[in-house]
Amino acid sequence: MTRGKFWSWIIFGVGALYFFLPLIATFEFSLRARRGVYSFDAYQTVLTDPEFQATFVYSVVMALLTIVIGLMVVLPTAFWVRLKLPRLRPYVEFVTLLPLVIPPIVIVFGYIRLYNTSSFLPLTGSTFGTDILLVCGYTTLALPYMYRAVDTGLRSIDLRTMTEAAQSLGAGWSTIILKLVLPNVLVAILSGAFLTFAIVIGEYVLAALLNRPAFGPYMVWMGGNRAYEPAALAVIAFAITWACMALIQLLTRLQTRTAKRS
Amino acid sequence: MSYLQLDGLAKSFGQNQVVQSFGLDIAKGEFVSFLGPSGCGKTTVLRMLAGFETPSAGRILIDGTDVTDLRPSQRNVGLVFQSYALFPNLTAAQNVAFGLKVAKVGQEEIEVRVKAMLDLIGLPNLADRYPFELSGGQQQRVALARALAVRPRVLLLDEPLSALDAKIRVSLRREIRSIQRELGITTIFVTHDQEEALSISDRVVVMNKGRAEQAGAPHEIYNRPTTAFVASFVGTLNTFTATVKDAKRGRIAIGDMTVDLPQAKGFRADTAELQIGFRPEALSIGKQKAPAVNFPAQIEDVQFLGSVIRIRLRVADEICSVDTFNRPDQRPLPVGSQTFVSLSANDMILL
Repeated sequence: MTRGKFWSWIIFGVGALYFFLPLIATFEFSLRARRGVYSFDAYQTVLTDPEFQATFVYSVVMALLTIVIGLMVVLPTAFWVRLKLPRLRPYVEFVTLLPLVIPPIVIVFGYIRLYNTSSFLPLTGSTFGTDILLVCGYTTLALPYMYRAVDTGLRSIDLRTMTEAAQSLGAGWSTIILKLVLPNVLVAILSGAFLTFAIVIGEYVLAALLNRPAFGPYMVWMGGNRAYEPAALAVIAFAITWACMALIQLLTRLQTRTAKRS
Repeated sequence: MSYLQLDGLAKSFGQNQVVQSFGLDIAKGEFVSFLGPSGCGKTTVLRMLAGFETPSAGRILIDGTDVTDLRPSQRNVGLVFQSYALFPNLTAAQNVAFGLKVAKVGQEEIEVRVKAMLDLIGLPNLADRYPFELSGGQQQRVALARALAVRPRVLLLDEPLSALDAKIRVSLRREIRSIQRELGITTIFVTHDQEEALSISDRVVVMNKGRAEQAGAPHEIYNRPTTAFVASFVGTLNTFTATVKDAKRGRIAIGDMTVDLPQAKGFRADTAELQIGFRPEALSIGKQKAPAVNFPAQIEDVQFLGSVIRIRLRVADEICSVDTFNRPDQRPLPVGSQTFVSLSANDMILL
C-alpha cells in the first residue's frame, strides 16, 4: 500500500465514523425500549401508532401531488426555455434557486398573510384550501431539485431537432411534450421526483405553521414526548431517504444505458 | 404550372440579411438541390419552407395555396435532418408510425403503411429495433420513411448524407433518388457537396450570400456557369488572365497565343483584361489540330488518383491542372518535362 493510499483510507475511515457513529448510536438506543435486552418494541409502537400511519399516508399523498404539480410547472417551463428562450436561462435558474436561499418560514408567513380568512382568497379557512397552500409551498421548496433534474435530462437529448421533426409530422405541443419529451427525460424526472419525495416527507415548517397533520410535525412531536420512539422514527426516516437515494442511483445507471441509445 | 412556388423570399436576422429576393418555381415531382457554401442561406430557405422560420418578405405557395403563414404542423411537408432526429424512445416502426398516429389514421391502415415504408427503404426486418440499435445509414433510412409515411406534399432533405461515411453516402443517395422517382414526390435537397447535388438532381440552384446565383440542370451548371462564383464553386476551374485584342471579332491573347473566342464577341473594348476559365478535363496533353489552341507547358506535379491522373502544369506563367484518364499501358509523364496542352475555344468559359 502506498503512503497516499494509506492516508486516503484513514480520511475515509474518519469520515465514515463521523457519519455512521451517531447513526449506529441512535439505532442502538432505539433498540433499548425494553430494559436489559435489545428489542424492536419502539419500532412496533411507532409502526402501530395510528397517528404514524395517518401522518405518513398524508405526507406521501402530499408528496405525490407535489411531484405531479411540480412537473406540470417545471417540464413545460424547462422545455420552453431550452427551445425558445435560451437567453432567459440564467434568470430562470436564479428564480428556481431562490427557495434554497429564502427560508420556508418566509413563504408560509407570506401565505398566511395573503390567504388568511379575512383576505380576498381565504384559503386557510378550509382544510382543502390549506392543503392546496401546503402543496404549493412544497412545490416551491422542491423547485431547485426538480428544475435541475429535468433540465439536465433535456440537455441530453437533441430537443430542437426532435421538436422540429415532430412538428413537421403534424404534432402539436401537447403531443410533443407528452409523447416525446416526457418519455425521453423520464429517468431524469424520476430522480427529481424522488428528491421531492424525500423533501416533502421530512418537511416540518410549512406543515406545522399551516397546522396540517404531516409526518414532519409528527416526528417533532414524538421527539418532545417519548424517549425511545423518536430514535426508532429517525432510523425509519433514514431508511426511507436511503431507499429514495438508492432508487436514484439505480435510475441514473438506467439512464446511462438509455443515453447510449441516442 | 409550377407546383411549389417561392416568390421573392427574404429573411434577415437583425441587420444580417441571410436570404435576399429568392424566387424559384418547382414542378411537381421535380428533384431540386440547393447547393452552396455554409452560410449561403440554403438551409434558411429550407426552414422557411418547413415553417420553422417566418420570411421577412415573400410568399410560399404549394399547389396554388399560400402556406406562408401556416404553422409547421399544418403544412404537410416532410423533413429529413442531417442528425437523423429519430425519436429515441420509439422503435423504427413506431417512428415511422408517429406522423400517422398524430393524423389519427386507423390502426390497420397504419400497420399497412408502416410495413410498406419499411419495405421501401429495405429494412423490413428491423422494425422493432430502437434507434440506438441501428447504424447511421439505417437511421437515416428510417427517418426518410418516417417523413414519407404521412405522404407529404413536398419532401425537404437538409444535408441528409453529411453525417454518413463515404460509401454509404453514395449508395443512400442513389436510393433516395430512386425512391423519389418511384413516389414522384417533389423534393428539395440541401447540400454543400457539389458531387451530391450534380449527381442526384433534376435541377441545381447554386446559392451564394443569400441569393440564387444560377439555377439549371446539372450539366448546364457545370458546363455553362453564368457567374464567376458558380464557375469556381462547382468543380475545379483553371483561370487565365487574357487581354482583349480585337473586341469585334472576339480575339483575345493568352500569353503569346491568340485565340478567337466566340463568347468574347462584343466584349467591351475598354476592358483590357478578362478572366478565362476552363475545366481540367477540357485540356488534353499533346498537340492537336486547329481550331484547338496549343500551349507549351511544363509539368510541375503528377497525382495518380486511380481512374484519373491529375497533372499540374505551368502554362503561360500560370498554374493549371489537367485531368486525363489512366491507361494501363501508359506511364505517367515525368515531372519537369516539357510538353504541349491543347484546348478548344468552345470549352473556355468567360468569367
